[in-house]
Amino acid sequence: MEKELRLMKGNEAVAEAAIRAGADGYFGYPITPQSEILEYLMEASPWKTTGMVVLQAESEIAAINMVYGGAACGKKVLTTSSSPGISLKQEGITYIAGAELPCLIVNVVRGGPGLGTIQPAQSDYFQAVKGGGHGDYHLIVLAPASVQEMADFVGLGFDLAFKYRNPAMILSDGAIGQMMEKVWLSPQQERSKSVPAWATTGKPSTRKRNIITSLDLDPNAQEVFNQKLIAKYNEIKEKEVRYEELRCDDAEYLFVAYGTSARVCMKSVQLARAQGIKVGLLRPITLYPYPSKRLNQLADRVKVMISVEMSAGQMIEDVLLSVNGKVPVHHFGRMGGIVTNPEEVVENLKSKIIGG
Amino acid sequence: MTEEIIIAGFGGQGVLSMGKIMAYSGVMQDMEVSWMPSYGPEMRGGTANVIVIISSERISSPIIKHFDTGIILNQQSLDKFESSVKPGGVLIYDSNGITRHPERKDITIYRVDAAEEAGKMNSPKTFNMIVLGGFLKVKPIIKMENVIKGLKKSLPERYHNLIPMNEKALQKGLEIVKKV
Amino acid sequence: MAEATGIKDILKPENLVYNKTKIMTDNVLSYCPGCGHGTAHRILAEIIGEEGLQSQTIGVSPVGCSVLLYNYLDIDWQEAAHGRAPAVATAIKRLLPDKFVFTYQGDGDLAAIGTAETIHSCNRGENILIIFINNGIYGMTGGQMAPTTISGMKTSTSPYGRDVKLMGNPLKITDIVATLPGTYYVTRQSVHTPANVRKTKKAMRKAVQYQKLNKGTCFIEIVSNCPSGWKMTPVLSNKWMEENMFPFYPLGDIKVPEEKSAQ
Ligand SMILES: Cc1ncc(C[n+]2csc(CCOP(=O)(O)OP(=O)(O)O)c2C)c(N)n1
Ligand code: SF4
Ligand SMILES: [Mg+2]
Repeated sequence: MEKELRLMKGNEAVAEAAIRAGADGYFGYPITPQSEILEYLMEASPWKTTGMVVLQAESEIAAINMVYGGAACGKKVLTTSSSPGISLKQEGITYIAGAELPCLIVNVVRGGPGLGTIQPAQSDYFQAVKGGGHGDYHLIVLAPASVQEMADFVGLGFDLAFKYRNPAMILSDGAIGQMMEKVWLSPQQERSKSVPAWATTGKPSTRKRNIITSLDLDPNAQEVFNQKLIAKYNEIKEKEVRYEELRCDDAEYLFVAYGTSARVCMKSVQLARAQGIKVGLLRPITLYPYPSKRLNQLADRVKVMISVEMSAGQMIEDVLLSVNGKVPVHHFGRMGGIVTNPEEVVENLKSKIIGG
Repeated sequence: MTEEIIIAGFGGQGVLSMGKIMAYSGVMQDMEVSWMPSYGPEMRGGTANVIVIISSERISSPIIKHFDTGIILNQQSLDKFESSVKPGGVLIYDSNGITRHPERKDITIYRVDAAEEAGKMNSPKTFNMIVLGGFLKVKPIIKMENVIKGLKKSLPERYHNLIPMNEKALQKGLEIVKKV
Repeated sequence: MAEATGIKDILKPENLVYNKTKIMTDNVLSYCPGCGHGTAHRILAEIIGEEGLQSQTIGVSPVGCSVLLYNYLDIDWQEAAHGRAPAVATAIKRLLPDKFVFTYQGDGDLAAIGTAETIHSCNRGENILIIFINNGIYGMTGGQMAPTTISGMKTSTSPYGRDVKLMGNPLKITDIVATLPGTYYVTRQSVHTPANVRKTKKAMRKAVQYQKLNKGTCFIEIVSNCPSGWKMTPVLSNKWMEENMFPFYPLGDIKVPEEKSAQ
């Protein structure tokens, strides 16, 4: 079957891709800048075609617990929100991670803290990558930099989530959610009929009962479980790192940026190169697992790395850990919902790093 | 070829939908496109703007500060974006309601009095199509047939009866745009 | 200039029929033309002014179109997270029991995400005033379905009309809180005509008195319009509200104090 070309907003692409990926259920609550996802699904009414359930929940807390319930039945379920709503979901997310349930969570990030702004930001990096809720756990975190990737990562996110029985998150932002680009959509996939062995579907006499829980009162058993999680995360780190490189071969300076900031930096690379400055870009596509090995290798070749983020400097901590002191690492970014622009990034490189 | 455009005016002037038609037209011509709107409560009667990029190559940043073409539809936007047009670039504006006209000498300035013309044609809704016609005269980067295809794509089926009227408006824009 | 003197002639104290209450600031309201929020604000401001409560009041503003309410009334304010205003107000009143404490919340805020806080503060009988603006929609986020959206009503997340089988039934939260022992005075009003404005103002004045007497939670629902979310002109939206909202959300007192001695 052929792919279909559409011009869509990032948010719409997520919704359409979820239907096409054969998702079984979507649960969400309106919040700017991602309400188009729920709106698109309600208009598309996939329950009439693929049988996908769509429900507007009374809150993000309810929505993520609906995801818990659906995922525990072995279904492909997702929820989407933006920063304040994702904060509310954290309790549910840690329970999902603790119960080792696969699901997809999309965060179309806006500026914070608190109610903050509705404009794009990347200030939820720590929350997405370092945990967010309580306890030792990780999400698989994918960072789309285009509308195409917004669509593609829905399928990829589900695949990884089911492969590892782990929640996956798409960490996007208001710019990617709201902008329109061309997107090639995969053909409609049938909703899966296979049921994972661990799913709660009603106990037949042929198997032991399935219990979905994150509770273990015995600390020894809990520690064994924690170790099992660590082994899983190590496997993910080994196998699932994804990134893109731009002009890194002869680069003296390296931008490290994801999502919208990476798009801005792509242009910054062009502008700087036109001025004879040898700069490249490494764009992490997975933020967890992080492309640490590759950054460490590049640290042998470049003079300086600059973590460009729409935040006060969050991802820079992973860059620092990756290069482990081999090269200096700087941060450049705007906050509060302001998206940096290509000229500004080059200007900062010239005045603060090359000149300073 | 890469054309970086900003369209700015009041919410309700059809700024975003004009950008959308441009983007769809670009798709019809097999180009890469991006459409990055301003969003939020400012849309309630406030200003609205959209950055449209049409290119034969992969588009790097959808968010940029300087533009090949500025299409400016009110005074606030003129004040804000006149300086954002690249030297040697183009500024197209509707003089309706403008009290301070553009002053830059290093860009080419065009006027398309679309509001007045839409009034004359008795179809205020086609205002943005007249402006688009003006743009296409100055920057014929998309073939008219692809613009019509783009228009069809961006309009819901039930409004397709309005296409001839919009074509007329586009044509009007081509005629009335003039260099200042 | 002749004209200027003309205006001066008119602007005499004896000609004054209406004055902006001092409690309203000079900040320009962010509401769409014809929206009921502004009127509700003004009534509230008048009550606070007339009752001499400016220095005694702490307001809690919601997340919704009225999120910027704290810019419009010249009193102390706390801005709560979405739906949590009654919990915030609970603590304020318990720690500052002599102050006048109220929340002002939309239907999404109060009856969806904040249902637990609403029910439990009413059930505890927190001695606060809850002002509930029911416009049957999520105005702020662009017109999505609210818990109060009536059956068949079109919103951006019920584009074919609210199908109660799929999306649940509209929630009459005011009737629910009226059943709770903690509520003392529960009423449903509107602000779309001068007569209704006067009734709403009277209800607010009562609520102020009851709070002074530590009577428990007072709950005033104001059925209101959202011309933008409903995609109607202000005039049409009021007509639509009368014809479609009022039959489902009838105006009037729902729970009134039994002992007359309360006043
Ligand atoms: C946790 C969280 N979820 C969602 C939102 C987005 N949000 C802002 S206002 C609102 C609903 C507003 O509707 P309502 O309470 O009815 O007030 P109105 O605007 O209609 O007056 C929502 C869902 C948010 N700010 N925080
Ligand atoms: S969106 Fe609706 S509730 Fe909000 S200000 Fe406009 S009319 Fe009022
Ligand atoms: Mg509302």
